[in-house]
Amino acid sequence: MYVAVKGGEAAIRNAHALLAQRRRGDASVPEIGLDQITGQLSLAVDRVMAEGSLYDRELAALAIKQARGDLIEAIFLARAFRTTLPRFGASVPVDTGAMRVRRRISATFKDLPGGQVLGPTFDYTHRLLDERLATQAGDDADRTAAETTTSARPNVPPLPPAGEGWGGGTAPTPDASPAGEIPAPSLPSSDRTRLLPSSTPETEAGNIRLRSGRGFTGARVHTSGEAAEAPAGPMPRVTDLLGDEGLIEPAPADDGTPPRDLTREPLSFPADRPLRLQALARGDEGFLLALGYSTQRGYARTHPFVGEIRFGEVEVSLHAEELGFAVPLGEISVTECQSVNQFKGSATQPPQFTRGYGLVFGQLERKAMSMALVDRSLRFAELGEEKSAPAQDEEFVLSHCDNVQATGFVEHLKLPHYVDFQAELDLIRRMRAEHAAEAEAQAPDVAEAPHKEAAE
Amino acid sequence: MSQEMTSLPDAPLLVAEGLAKYYGSRLGCRDVDLTLHAGEVLAIVGESGSGKSTLLSLLSTELAPSAGHVSYRMRDGEMRDLAALSEAERRLLLRTDWGFVRQHAEQGLRMAVSAGGNVGERLMAVGWRHYGNIRQEAADWLVRVEIATERMDDDPRTFSGGMRQRLQIARNLVTRPRLVFMDEPTSGLDVSVQARLLDLIRQLVEEFGLAVVIVTHDLAVARLLSHRIMVMKSGRVIEQGLTDQVLDDPREPYTQLLVSSVLAA
Amino acid sequence: MTALARTASGMPAITYNFAYLDEQTKRMIRRAILKAIAIPGYQVPFASREMPMPYGWGTGGVQVTAAILGANDVLKVIDQGSDDTTNAVAIRSFFETTAGVATTTRTRDATIIQTRHRIPEAPLRAGQVIVYQVPIPEPLRFLEPRETETRRLHALSDYGLMQVKLYEDIARHGHIATTYAYPVKVAGRYVMDPSPIPKFDNPKMDDSPALQLFGAGREKRIYAIPPYTRVVSLDFEDHPFAVQAFAEPCALCGAKGVYLDEVILDDKGGRMFVCSDTDHCATRQAEGHTGSMSAPYGEGQP
Repeated sequence: MYVAVKGGEAAIRNAHALLAQRRRGDASVPEIGLDQITGQLSLAVDRVMAEGSLYDRELAALAIKQARGDLIEAIFLARAFRTTLPRFGASVPVDTGAMRVRRRISATFKDLPGGQVLGPTFDYTHRLLDERLATQAGDDADRTAAETTTSARPNVPPLPPAGEGWGGGTAPTPDASPAGEIPAPSLPSSDRTRLLPSSTPETEAGNIRLRSGRGFTGARVHTSGEAAEAPAGPMPRVTDLLGDEGLIEPAPADDGTPPRDLTREPLSFPADRPLRLQALARGDEGFLLALGYSTQRGYARTHPFVGEIRFGEVEVSLHAEELGFAVPLGEISVTECQSVNQFKGSATQPPQFTRGYGLVFGQLERKAMSMALVDRSLRFAELGEEKSAPAQDEEFVLSHCDNVQATGFVEHLKLPHYVDFQAELDLIRRMRAEHAAEAEAQAPDVAEAPHKEAAE
Repeated sequence: MSQEMTSLPDAPLLVAEGLAKYYGSRLGCRDVDLTLHAGEVLAIVGESGSGKSTLLSLLSTELAPSAGHVSYRMRDGEMRDLAALSEAERRLLLRTDWGFVRQHAEQGLRMAVSAGGNVGERLMAVGWRHYGNIRQEAADWLVRVEIATERMDDDPRTFSGGMRQRLQIARNLVTRPRLVFMDEPTSGLDVSVQARLLDLIRQLVEEFGLAVVIVTHDLAVARLLSHRIMVMKSGRVIEQGLTDQVLDDPREPYTQLLVSSVLAA
Repeated sequence: MTALARTASGMPAITYNFAYLDEQTKRMIRRAILKAIAIPGYQVPFASREMPMPYGWGTGGVQVTAAILGANDVLKVIDQGSDDTTNAVAIRSFFETTAGVATTTRTRDATIIQTRHRIPEAPLRAGQVIVYQVPIPEPLRFLEPRETETRRLHALSDYGLMQVKLYEDIARHGHIATTYAYPVKVAGRYVMDPSPIPKFDNPKMDDSPALQLFGAGREKRIYAIPPYTRVVSLDFEDHPFAVQAFAEPCALCGAKGVYLDEVILDDKGGRMFVCSDTDHCATRQAEGHTGSMSAPYGEGQP
């Protein structure tokens, strides 16, 4: 019996061996490659990069593989690796206005400079399991499937074929003429994630662009060739457009103070907005989704509109002290969401829209939107709003949004607690014994029932 | 000890000068001066929005004034500007020499802590460390406010509205404060419960020589408890004086209206 | 230094520093530790890093140990008093792998002891460091959930609320019903959570010749009790602090006045009590001490 407490070392070794075996699965099925994960499970990779706060597609794919697809475990692996990386400095703020846009939609304006660019999206797909995906095994077959789907359900963009869906993957190409010509969305080699080539891939062509007045379901969908020849013109951010008229609060001025860094300093309260945004950007998608959702359902309602969601590549550069200028390091994919929220104005300020902001690695619209909603509700004090709901509670939100922290502490309940439990066991036995003794002492003359005084 | 203090007739306990509070551009109250002596009960009356609750928050240091000062004669006899107190001194004052009875008991009590614990908290905060003594003192106070000692280990969630208010009073008075703030302590209670509570307050005020600042919209409460009265409207004091004088012979048309509406009711 | 296998073409080899953490991080943690020692019982915020074990599984203790560990140190890791529980094994092997330091199960041979939930029975000596893993460093947390408020309460030594909790225990249960993580006052100033050690171990913290360090990774706090510091468990004059006492001695080594684990032997109520501190028990057995069940299992059950 006592053996159960002993022999931990061998048991652990065996458990880990079993885990490795289970991770591999059926040995007669080929092992999954990192290229397959980065290519075909790219949104999982995005999530691991975002919440792991480490932009490296391949390491994220490795983490997913090692974690058997458990994304929180994968995020945890990414974080633990990130911890060990040397830090050279902080990049110059990225300019999302100069983003090479692959998707850009606004819910506040039907049309706007640069247009609505649907890009690769699940929006408007019918969520029907596609049995063809269960058996298809190659790009050609996938493309055929895509075309079939398109013709069968004209308004339903098909699932992207293999590859990263560089816009091109989603082209419905109604006339199908250039279909064979569309270059397979060649996922550039693994080093792309670290240093992206700066030239615009021609597959940009595939973006679905909607022209004025058509809305999302408009019939006249411009695709491929046309757009390719007219590379996206300037695509100003919706908030900048509103800002020109003074309709929306200006973005906070950059006073040059470097923001505090959540990963280098302990979080302390009250937290300023840069710190809050950092925490939210790393925060758990599900948690933020639920909080954002709660604000929509009336728990600190902020009347949000999605001013704009844009997804694409931005350039990252580092200011090199010795050179005196910023050196481009490469590109990363990010999703940005700017919400436009109500504000009634005050004695000193005319009514004006306010902002909520979300920015995450990869294509994670749900996360970016949730982040924007929560960011906005956390600003209640600054905007003189009443505090009434969890999503406004900075300590509540920031202390619980990190899933690596949360999962660790919840799961630590699996660890032995013999000692503490023994202490409780001892106390409760003693108290029960005293209780029994007391009852016995009173038992002879007092009946059981009226012993307890009437409550209330 | 409090009796000694009341024997100094000319030294005021609490003095406010030129108090004003603005919330952004909105006026809370302005130009308020007042002097309160030990053992004196001052009622602040007015409609909601008149600034009376703001004034109470300023006097009790819960809000910082936009202009003006509040000073208080500490137990050592020294008059101190409350804005200049350290946070530690302020807290000590709040939990020893002052009391605050709230309209909503949930804001003045720990609802998950037993009645005895609620009363004992202030004693423990000032260093009492003998369980039996704390318990005895708490029990004495529960009796004083007419709460049966059998209920001592129950938490206030199981108490009626009137009992909760009486518990609040016991919790506040256990450290023998010299000054108690009360914010609509009887509103929301049944008339008979109200009468019993007012009776208890009056009796305790006399017994302990308490100075009280009570905010109420109910002129009957003011008449029953207070020596002096201040009538507020739109953030200013428009009339003040001895309670009987003001209520029997109001000078301001607004006060007249208030008084007549009570009489009519 | 350890290199983990490279996994895919073009990926850089992954290497780790001595004891996993990079030197800058260690310096940051050491600064926090120094501050913690200078203000006994005060919780010093530090920039806790993600570690390769989950939060709540000892990341705070591991970071503190990593920051103070030198190549010549001898490390002992216990969990629930035992060197052989799963988490202790995992953490010990982590430092064996990343730092290559010598490890031991002998309390007296160790220079650094990392622990979860116990203090060894053998008295610690000057020069030893004991590192506690802490899940919730804030002793006031369950009375007041807001960090901003608890910080203020500590700053003002406003500990009435903690006493109210103890009062409520006695009023409702007749006892102070806190049996582990029992709050203490350190050097007459800060009220501190001793981590979830049983209150049995609280007296060992008082005036200890060893340096006691506490690390909370998820909550990002480090605190300390310097050697020879007064550590008092909170109580009432008429309900003084008392530790658990066990009715019988250890069934394997016969030790009295030690903390025992209850081991259930069968489904008919058979149980035995044995030392929670396995090193202490093994040392005593080696010295020839015996208990009621020193004989092989299955014989002589009570």
